[in-house]
Formats: sequence, C-alpha cells, structure tokens
Amino acid sequence: MLLLLQYTLIFSSVLTLVALGGCYSEHSGVINLGLEGIMVIGALGGALVMRFLPTGTPGILVVLLTIAGAVVFGVAYSALLAVACINFKADQTIVGTALNILGTALATVLVKAINMKLSGGDDVSSTIQYVNAKQSFIAYLGSFQFNWFMVIAIIALVIAYVVLYKTKFGLRMMACGEHPQAAASVGINVYKMRWSGVLISGIFGSLGGICYILAGVSEWKFENGVAGFGFLALAVMIFGQWKPTRIALAALLFGLFRALSNVYIGIDFLAALNIPSTVYNMFPYIISLVVLAFTSKNSKAPKAEGIPYDPGQR
Amino acid sequence: MSKPKEKKSLFQNDGFQALLASLICIVLGMLIGFIVLLFINPSGAGAAIGAVIKNFLNYSRASLQIKNFGNTLVKMAPLLMCSLSVLFCYKVGLFNIGVAGQYVVGACISIYAALAWGLPWWLCLILAIIVGALDGAIVGLLKAYCNVNEVISGIMLNWIGLYTTNMILTTVKESTSPYTLDLRLYAPKSVLPNIGFSKLFSGNEYMSIAIPLAIIIAIAIKIILDKTKFGYELKATGFNKNAAKYAGMAEKQNIIITLAIGGALAACGGAFLYLTDYELWECTSSSVPGMGFNGIAAAFLGGLNPVGTIFASYFIQHITSGGAYVDKSLYSSQISDLISALIIYLCGFVGFMKLAMKKYSAAKAAKSGQIENVNAEPEPAVSKEEDPPTNSEAKPEEGGNE
Repeated sequence: MLLLLQYTLIFSSVLTLVALGGCYSEHSGVINLGLEGIMVIGALGGALVMRFLPTGTPGILVVLLTIAGAVVFGVAYSALLAVACINFKADQTIVGTALNILGTALATVLVKAINMKLSGGDDVSSTIQYVNAKQSFIAYLGSFQFNWFMVIAIIALVIAYVVLYKTKFGLRMMACGEHPQAAASVGINVYKMRWSGVLISGIFGSLGGICYILAGVSEWKFENGVAGFGFLALAVMIFGQWKPTRIALAALLFGLFRALSNVYIGIDFLAALNIPSTVYNMFPYIISLVVLAFTSKNSKAPKAEGIPYDPGQR
Repeated sequence: MSKPKEKKSLFQNDGFQALLASLICIVLGMLIGFIVLLFINPSGAGAAIGAVIKNFLNYSRASLQIKNFGNTLVKMAPLLMCSLSVLFCYKVGLFNIGVAGQYVVGACISIYAALAWGLPWWLCLILAIIVGALDGAIVGLLKAYCNVNEVISGIMLNWIGLYTTNMILTTVKESTSPYTLDLRLYAPKSVLPNIGFSKLFSGNEYMSIAIPLAIIIAIAIKIILDKTKFGYELKATGFNKNAAKYAGMAEKQNIIITLAIGGALAACGGAFLYLTDYELWECTSSSVPGMGFNGIAAAFLGGLNPVGTIFASYFIQHITSGGAYVDKSLYSSQISDLISALIIYLCGFVGFMKLAMKKYSAAKAAKSGQIENVNAEPEPAVSKEEDPPTNSEAKPEEGGNE
C-alpha cells in the first residue's frame, strides 16, 4: 500500500505540473496541445545534464542543474509554439500536434547520435541511463521513497493559485484568454501576455517531463516519448475546469489509476483478480474518457482559447 | 491543381498557392533536417540527406530499384488512407488525431480475422472498416453529445487501441517471437490479391490491389466532398455548426458520421498494410505506430486536397522509407520522422504564406495595372482572402468567437 501511495504521489506530481502548465497557456488564450512534446524535450534536457555531470557532484547541485537543463530546453521548445501560434496565427492544433511528433523524433535522433558517438558505434539505442544522478532526487522515509518533485509540485500549485488569482499579471493574462480585444482596449499587450503564458507552460511542462522519467525508472528510452502523458495532463486540466486547486485533486485521481498499473501485483486482492496487466495500462486512458464525457458539457474553458488574436476584430 | 497558363495570375491561383506553399514546406523541412544532420556529424550529412531523398534509387540494379519502389508503394497505400481520414475530418472542422489508433484497430481485427477465423481477405477488410468506424464513432459521440475535444479523446483511444491490439493479437502470435503468425503460411486466403502487379515490379509479392484501391478511394472522397449534397452538408457543419443546424441539417449526426468515416478509412489503411503480409504486428509494441501521424503530415502537405494528398503521401513515404538508407554508423533512420514532423510544423504557416502571396500578387498587379490591362484587379484578390475555406484561417471562426 505504501508503494501505491508513493507512485500515486509521484505520478500526481507529474500531472499537476504539466496540467498547470497547460492552465497558464490556455488562460492566456493559446491551446497547448504540444505539452507532450515539451515534456519529451524537457526530459531530454534534464537527462542529458544527469548523463554528463561528473559522478562526484553534490546532490543539491545535481538537482538544480538537472531542473535548469530541463527548463531551458522546454522553454526554448515552447517558443516554437508561441511564435507560430501568436505571431503567425497558425492553427494551434496543427502546430501542437507537430511539436508532439517532432519532440519524440528530435529526442530520438539526438540521443541515438550521442550514444553512437560515445560508444564508437556500438550503442545505437535511444536510452539514457541516470542511475546515480537519480539518487539525488530521492530521500527515504522508512521504506517510502520520497521524491523532491512532490514538493516542487505543491510549490507550483501554490504559485499558480497566487499568480493567477492574486496578481495583476495573472488577472491580465486571464483577460487575454477571455476577450483579448477588450484586454487590449485597456492597454494590455496581448502578444506579450500570450507569449508569457506559453513560455510558462514550457517551464512547467518540462518540469513534468523530467519528473516523469525520474518516477520509478532510472533509464529512459526516448523512442517511446512520454506515452500520452501530456494528453492525460490535458484531460486533468479539463476535469479540473482550468482551476489550480481542482487540477491538483483531479491529478490525484488520475495519478492513482496510473500508479495501479505499476504496483497492482503487490496488492493482494488486485493480483487475485487475475486481470491482465494491459488492462491496468489502459486504465488511465479509459478513466479519462469517462471523466471527460461527464465533465466537458459545462466546460469553463477560457472563451478565446484557440483563436488567434486579431487586433482589428472587436 | 491545374497549372495556370498566364504568368500574371500565377500567385492568385489557389491551386498554385497551395502547391508553392507545400514545396516551401518540403524544402524548409529538408533544410532544417540537413542542419540537424550537420550538427550531429558534418562529414556525412550530405550523403545522408541524399540517401533519404534517393530512397530506392540507392540500389544500383534496375530490378532491385523497381522492387523497392514497389515496397514504398505498398506502404504508401495505408499512409494515403490515413491522410484521407485526417483530411476528410478536417474538412468538417474536426481534427482526427485518433487516426493512429483507428489504423491500429484496423490492423488488429484484420489480422485476427485472418489467423483465428481464416476469413477471406474481403471479409477481413470489411470487418476492419466496421471496427474502425465504431472507433471513430466513439470520438464522434463524445464530441457531439458530451462536448469532449476530439483531439484528447482521440489520443486516449489511440492508447486504448494499442493495448487492446497487443492483448488480442498475442493469441495469434508465434510462440517464440513477439510477432504475429505469417499470413502467407497460415492464412493464404486472407492475403490481398495482387492481380499481376507483382510481375510489373520485378516479382514484388507485396504489391496488391490495395494501391489502386487507395487511389480510387482518394478520388471518391474528392467527388463526395466537392460534388455531392452529403459532402456539402458535412462541410457546412464544419464551417458553422449553428448555421448548419439552423438550416435544418442534423449537425450532431454529421459529426458522428464524419468521424466514423474517418475511422473506417484509417482502419482500412491498417488492413491494407497487414493483409499484404509486408509487415507482422509486434505484440509488445509500446508506442502507437507512426503511420497515423505521418498521415497528418501528408494531409496538410497535400494542401488538404485528396488528389494533392496522393502525391504528398507518396513523398512522405518516400522519405520515410529513404530513412532506412542513411549511414547507420553515423545517424539513425528516425531522421525522416524528424523531417516529416518539421513539415507538419511548417504546414502551420501555410495560411501566412498564402496571405503573403496574395499581398505580393496584389501589389504586383497594382503596379503593372497602370501599364497594361490586367485581367484580375487587386481589390478582389485581397477581399478574397476572407472567405476561402482554406483551413488555418477558417477553423478558428467556428470556435465560438464573440
């Protein structure tokens, strides 16, 4: 049971981080379907840092540098979405989808190239290992494996709540997602606000990405991307009705179902049911379909999301 | 895509604009891919991008060239079906990213029907179409009645489809490998007939009726969308759901039917590949096959025109197959996935490119209009940009703008 709690918390942290990222972007008026790709690229940035840091580096430095690496990659990558969707008024669905496919392809090509170069051609896999570096993120409380990302997710949640509801910046940003022309009429720079929204979603998306590849495993095969987790986070965001606190609760629910597929063997009554493991793998996706079916009807989505900003349209 | 005769009106011709925009996407996509190769290893980059472009021409013997050209065509047929699925739904304002999963379930049911039940190929194909349509209809139902974003439900169904397929096909796999049984050995009746194509392609046994069928279906889609009342209603629903409802169209039903057709097309694509026995399903697959996502690239690269899509599908498959010929000691074959992903990204800019071309031609026409009599005046050319059904501009309109 402790193991279930541990996995639930770590997967919920991933979902909270990524869904909050999506939340910023959508509140500013840009649908960020590219979160999945941002997660992959963020994870790549962090994994590369962990791979190349010399083995005697102090733990705190490993954590900070890994996070910095992930964030730099993720933010740079989310700028691709911002420039296309905000400045060139591209279709946000197409660009987001492109970024998802591109993220996995780019990460695979780069990791394979690095592995080939370092091994002199013997290693052609797309896997990065970070067994030692991973220990810096983990503390043991008895047999409970505590991950610092659980704290980071909570901090991110508090920050999101404060920024969105209590600061001038957050309220202005949300105005751009509801009615950008009205926001512009009172002197708010819509382009700047939307850029901020997308770049912030890059920060949180990449944090979620690096957290995901640190959850439970100590190597990552980049060919597999992040297995639809970015989209699960979007489902969490919709279920959470674009509100940070509700998003965190939704993330706990989804995290629980995702965790089940990792640990169901250890839970007696679930193991006794003898359900094939693939069913547990499908669980989070099925649950999210069901949940979305019941919660999308009265959606509290930002009104102007998905519509390119056109200053001439009042 | 008719080629305009007069040079002056080139930039005002919609087909030419679409073609030019697609070519720009291809060239830029290749160029960025080349830069990535340079970044990885400067010495072999030129040869690698050359290998991707040459694809089957990497072989020196003519018969091998033709045989491998055939292999590219074999995989182009399912790709074309996937891109038609994306295109068809996009014309109705729906982004069918579930195409990847629908392709998978099509593959699943056709392989299972062949190996477990020994059904003839046409029954396998029909079953695939039915199951794909059901998969698509789920997305449609959720969209129409529960307002669930079709992109998210599509992705969820992709993964559900993948895991289900792995589970089902494990029952008909070889005992020693993760692959399904060879159709030619265990269910020869279920292999798609090749009606003499294999002789034309130096004995390529995988050539089948799938290729001409896919092209015929592409043309049929073009006719349905452009020339029938049904297609018109669907497109009207895509432009403005509320207006369509007001005009007496069953807008909810149209959404469901569209996605069901999209699902059927993609699933048919899955059957088209796996019933040729060209590939065997790997029952431990941990990611959704890229075929569906490449279909998205082909649909947009083809300018969302079914005929353009035929060429775009060929091109995407050409470079995807070409990726296998890069020097594996320096680069990985995923470089072609990278290029197709870049092309989709660049396709996001097509709306902007078309606008720029219109502005350019309008400015040019205004200049030369004083000297000679130009058949098209600048004014209509500019105002035209507000109503074309060309997508990247039209789509946001239906999102409930106030």
